[in-house]
Amino acid sequence: MTVYVKGVVFEGVDFDDPNSWKIDAYIKRGGYAALKKILQEGITQDAIIAEMKASALRGRGGAGFPTGLKWSFMPRSFPGQKYLVCNTDEGEPGTFKDLDIIVNNPHALIEGMIIGGFAMGISVGYNYIHGEVFEAYQRFEAALEEARAAGFLGERILGTDFSFQLHGHHGYGAYICGEETALLESLEGKKGQPRFKPPFPASFGLYGKPTTINNTETFASVPYIIREGGQKFLELGKPNNGGTKLFSVSGHVNRPGNYEIPLGTPFSELLEMCGGMRGGKKLKAVIPGGSSAPVLPADIMMQCTMDYDSIAKAGSMLGSGAVIVMDETTCMVKALERLSYFYFEESCGQCTPCREGTGWLYRVVHRIEHGQGRAEDLDLLLSVGANIAGRTICALGDAAVMPVQGMLKHFRAEFEHHIEHKNCVAPGY
Amino acid sequence: MLEIEIDGKKLTVPGGSTVMDAAHSVGVHIPHFCYHKKLSIAANCRMCLVQVEKAPKPLPACATPVTDGMKVHTHSDMAVTAQKGVMEFLLINHPLDCPICDQGGECQLQDLAVGYGGSASRYEEEKRVVPNKNLGPLISTDMTRCIHCSRCVRFTEEIAGYQELGMPGRGEHTEVMTFIGKTVDSEISGNVIDLCPVGALTSKPFRYSARAWELSRRKSVSPHDGLGANLVVQVKDHRVKRVLPLENEAINECWIADRDRFSYEALNSEERLTKPLIKQGGVWQEADWQSALEYVVHGLKDIIANHGADSIAAVATEQATLEELYLLKQLFAGLGSQNVETRLRAADFGLKTQGATWLGQSIVDFVGSDAVLVVGSTLRKEQPLIAQRLRQAVKKGAKLAIVNSHGDDLLTTLAGELIVRPDQLVEGVLAVIKAVTEARGVAAPAHIDLAGVEVTDAARAVAAVFEGKDKTSIALGNLAQQNPRYAELHAAAAALAELVGAKLGVFAAAANSVGAQLAGATGAGNVFAQPKKAYVLLNTEVEFDTANGAEALAAVQQADMVVALGSFGSCALEHADVILPVSPFSETSGTFVNVEGKPQSFNGVVRPLGETRPAWKVFRVLGNLLGLENFGFNSSEEVRDLVLAGDVAAKLSNAAVAPVAVKAQAASGVVRLGEVPIYQLDMLTRRAPALQATADALAASQLKANAATLAKLGLAHGGNAQVKQGAGVATLAVALDAGLADDVVRVAANLPATRALGALTAAIEVTQA
Repeated sequence: MTVYVKGVVFEGVDFDDPNSWKIDAYIKRGGYAALKKILQEGITQDAIIAEMKASALRGRGGAGFPTGLKWSFMPRSFPGQKYLVCNTDEGEPGTFKDLDIIVNNPHALIEGMIIGGFAMGISVGYNYIHGEVFEAYQRFEAALEEARAAGFLGERILGTDFSFQLHGHHGYGAYICGEETALLESLEGKKGQPRFKPPFPASFGLYGKPTTINNTETFASVPYIIREGGQKFLELGKPNNGGTKLFSVSGHVNRPGNYEIPLGTPFSELLEMCGGMRGGKKLKAVIPGGSSAPVLPADIMMQCTMDYDSIAKAGSMLGSGAVIVMDETTCMVKALERLSYFYFEESCGQCTPCREGTGWLYRVVHRIEHGQGRAEDLDLLLSVGANIAGRTICALGDAAVMPVQGMLKHFRAEFEHHIEHKNCVAPGY
Repeated sequence: MLEIEIDGKKLTVPGGSTVMDAAHSVGVHIPHFCYHKKLSIAANCRMCLVQVEKAPKPLPACATPVTDGMKVHTHSDMAVTAQKGVMEFLLINHPLDCPICDQGGECQLQDLAVGYGGSASRYEEEKRVVPNKNLGPLISTDMTRCIHCSRCVRFTEEIAGYQELGMPGRGEHTEVMTFIGKTVDSEISGNVIDLCPVGALTSKPFRYSARAWELSRRKSVSPHDGLGANLVVQVKDHRVKRVLPLENEAINECWIADRDRFSYEALNSEERLTKPLIKQGGVWQEADWQSALEYVVHGLKDIIANHGADSIAAVATEQATLEELYLLKQLFAGLGSQNVETRLRAADFGLKTQGATWLGQSIVDFVGSDAVLVVGSTLRKEQPLIAQRLRQAVKKGAKLAIVNSHGDDLLTTLAGELIVRPDQLVEGVLAVIKAVTEARGVAAPAHIDLAGVEVTDAARAVAAVFEGKDKTSIALGNLAQQNPRYAELHAAAAALAELVGAKLGVFAAAANSVGAQLAGATGAGNVFAQPKKAYVLLNTEVEFDTANGAEALAAVQQADMVVALGSFGSCALEHADVILPVSPFSETSGTFVNVEGKPQSFNGVVRPLGETRPAWKVFRVLGNLLGLENFGFNSSEEVRDLVLAGDVAAKLSNAAVAPVAVKAQAASGVVRLGEVPIYQLDMLTRRAPALQATADALAASQLKANAATLAKLGLAHGGNAQVKQGAGVATLAVALDAGLADDVVRVAANLPATRALGALTAAIEVTQA
């Protein structure tokens, strides 16, 4: 279920209309007006980037890096080929927003990428789509065909000198390919594993050329910003947290789904939109930003507003906006075991701390869950975690550790109970 | 230049340096596994994490570029905590089976674990077990020990040129492996054994035969190709147990070819001779040295008395030392004969140069050329490490082109490739000359006749590699030197070099090819064509070391007396009259002069086996017994100093004494492309069982031709064919080789199956078998 509240990305999309994704419908609701405005009114590259900066749009993939700033890093005068890449390798457990964008409003993404290409002087773009959502990939390809036929994409767009080629590419489902440099490796046809940085993609990206990589939702927000102005986008949210954001709400709520709401909306309001807790149970904890974000207990979460700064202040992160809601029946040891297994399974294996450490974390949590934990195990988990975090090539190591740290920070007693009594405090178990 | 501080030491380093480079430059050791100076940076082991001031977390020294004013702490609490954390992770799944691991005692993980590992493990779960892989006859695997540093993977891709190893799988399931069903077949594959920081990849022939700390390490020089790779020969109980590279950046860098590494197996072969043998009444009798040497002296004197001094001849391979060859030549000079020859695989002796032919420059300068043309060479097999260095040069922007008789993949990018029949190599070079004259509007020298030469696009592409390049080189390979029109080929290549301003070089086929010329052990030409009454063979197996084994064998078989000096008996037993067991390179002092004209002397690394004697001592005694003057040498060094007196460089020259006229000739009919397989090069490689089990060795006896030629001859890939040259016949398996010109049949020489055949580049009859 997707609920549209105050939209940017889903502005005007009719989720009940099977043709709403198509280019005609998109144009009818103001689509491609931003691109036309740029090309026909002669808006400069600098002006676009300034508008992006003014919007305070922050990367929607999870890191929250200011998009305008990232665009300004691209060496526009670089004489060779440059690339624009969209990261639709949405693999973070709990996150399912980019899939909805591609399926329901693919032209917003396409228009956003074309504008990005224009702003940074890039002529070729790729959209790397997660391998397990093939229908979405097909939808994207169909939308590309529409855009090409309408003259918005390809050679000499709208009769100007600006040309931009955009290609879809579907991966094979490895979580690590959502890491931007692993994505580039995979796009090049190699095994998807992260590159060490520096050099960063802005100087050494796809095929070694300057490359800008943004998330699907980020690109899909661009047309609105250009059309309506950065200031208006910013005002939708709050300072430093401009615009609306898609939240993928899952877990123990009555109406899980994607909710596009202004950044800064209180969590309690979001929970209400989702129809409250399922079965009237009590809220126990929330993972506010995808599986790698530290868990927050109910009392802290209920005080938070849904924006980068508020969640960070509470000790977690907004991440990709995947909100995993857990009620009082949830066993936190079991939950952590599942999360740790994911990172163990998805570690690319390239660098030592993550390859060896994620398995170690999982095995310790596993034995606690299975009544074989030892008193020293919790300190061991934190110690192993500390040896992984910040020591790896990419952030997967950190992502594996943060859930462990978060759980032990807020629910240590429950783990101790498991170790001592070999059973669970949660009533559901 | 950037100013930085490492552990309180101030230093300046060039921009672009990494923290690891900077630390090395001031002698600060940062622990590491995946980092290797010759490989790309992987930054995956994380062992080299160091503290950089103002950085919130530890950074990998190998991948962190130095910035001005950077302050690095390699042994601070933050750095050591990070390093110890990584070590713990590396050890949790490592079997710690050091007592039964061949790497034990020379293992980087073991060494660093002493400094950074805990005394007990906090990991109590089951350890990972990884299935072993079959990498072929040279490399043994214990993959459970692998720490995933990826050095071996990067080596095969970056240095050897083809990614024969990869790392499929994710997370804990990551495994180093080959392509399915394939082995590691590179001619320089053994280097992954040295690169592996743990006992995952170890030497198969050496496996379980000694512990690292039992071995003495002695310096030596490779006796195979002309590069002169520097070796560390490891010995135990007067036996050579293992051979490793000795780093020499100017020659072999830190690598050696598999031939250099594994040929030592022959030194311990059952076929080694340990006592002089004399054939009496058709039966071999063991003899003492005195009797055997007197037998030789009397025999040679008798034959000279009855048939004249020209009735005796000596041949030696270019693997013999400078000292041995000089004394052999002096011995024959003393007997009044100039019949000494080492160019046993040559077919054309018409070329006379002003000095010893050589690379024309140093190896480093050669591979530093902006453009290189190689003429007539199976480069990867003839010169494995020069091929490797050219591969690196191409990556840095050099242009490489070939004029050759086959299109074997050099595992690098070629800017030009002209493939011709082996009897048309001269015409191939002429086509390039003509392309140059047309492109530049210049004329070829008068002795180069370009009439009738057709310029193809391929020839133009080869010619174009020299365009706009300053430092250019042309080198003639073994196939060129073995060509029946070598003098013309050399003249054409020299003319091309002159036209484009390139340096001309001649690759050295063997360890002492240049030294043999300096010792004067050349000049007799083919001493088998007109059979002699007596032959002295030094380290020569006539069927396997000559261009025309059938002819050479017939010559020695009809001789009245054959004296064989060698380390092995097997071939000589059939046709010699006296066998004198002499030392291989590992048991004698001596000198090889490599392709760049650099003399490299070495000592024996083990004592001679049984009653074996160094050949230079044998020749000295023979000289004394014959009453010859100037044979009073007390050491091999005295011999060397005499031969190399003065400026060696002045004795090297690729310039012809007089211009050789070159004119294009037509060729037709089926022609043999004969070449010496990589592991048939010399007595040692032929007797190294592991090398003989490699894919290269197993494929050597195939007959190869392109599809059109196979069809024309009624042959099919996978079938059999019979080939005939003169009286020699061989039945060979047939394989497709799309890189050959039409009517070319590639049949390797010097193999047991093909030794009865005739000349390397000549007509050959092929029929279905």
